[in-house]
Amino acid sequence: MNWTWFHKWGSPKWFYQVSGRWLTGCAWSAALLLLVGLVWGLAFAPPDYQQGNSFRIIYIHVPAAILAQSCYLMLAVAGAVSLIWKMKLADIALQQAAPFGAWMTVIALVTGSLWGKPTWGTYWVWDARLTSMLILLFLYFGVIALGQAISNRDSAAKACAVLALVGAVNIPIIKYSVEWWNTLHQPATFKITGKATMAMEMWLPLLIMIIGFYCFFATVLLLRMRLEVLRRESRASWVKTEIHRMLEKSQ
Amino acid sequence: MSFSTFGEFLAMGSHGPFVWGAYGISMLVLAINLLLPLSARRTYLQGEARRLRREESK
Repeated sequence: MNWTWFHKWGSPKWFYQVSGRWLTGCAWSAALLLLVGLVWGLAFAPPDYQQGNSFRIIYIHVPAAILAQSCYLMLAVAGAVSLIWKMKLADIALQQAAPFGAWMTVIALVTGSLWGKPTWGTYWVWDARLTSMLILLFLYFGVIALGQAISNRDSAAKACAVLALVGAVNIPIIKYSVEWWNTLHQPATFKITGKATMAMEMWLPLLIMIIGFYCFFATVLLLRMRLEVLRRESRASWVKTEIHRMLEKSQ
Repeated sequence: MSFSTFGEFLAMGSHGPFVWGAYGISMLVLAINLLLPLSARRTYLQGEARRLRREESK
């Protein structure tokens, strides 16, 4: 097998150059998909026959919850790569994705609680799904705090990678919490395979919102990673050239 | 279109505060996530510009 594609990721300079091209595409796709998804979900999708219009919260609740979990999985993969190959870029990705994941968990919890009030009659219950999502939020806080508390970059990378990997055990717990325990939370609505649980005209805007959230994540992550690459590689000559170029452009 | 008037759209069938609250908070969080790295980048470039000027004047 040819491993050159993997070795390229060892070079922050290569990443900085290609990510500049990816960024524009991600940003435009995110803007377009989120706009279409929002208008479709809020105004055009039919109301739910039981929940009425409060079900429209699904169009942000489900994408945010999916992103919160995908982002943590990404942290665990980046952690493994950074532990095994000592790849600088993997540690940068881990550190820069963690705040976004925490924010997505907050959105999922807040929108879920606003959805719970009209549907279940309460903002919060100590139910398996809700509690395991709260634990996910604390895991994110742990990764962020650990990364900032240790001043030695290599030790911080190692500690965060281990926490990200160990914490990943929570992801299947979140996913199966609605099946393993008797919970108030409904089982998964959004499925790619298997029997559809939603009408097409409700499912399609949800799919658009989910892809839109992924594109938004990519945009934010690339923005943050590119800045961090410049900061960490500030002594390299290519970074100095790049900063000169950007300063000339902004003047 | 699932609503016949704009008032109905805003009311969301008596669930207006919950739906609009959830969407409002989420859009605010998304905006924060986009604006923070952009402003951090600007601050970083301004700092670098100051540093370069200092080094040149030495």
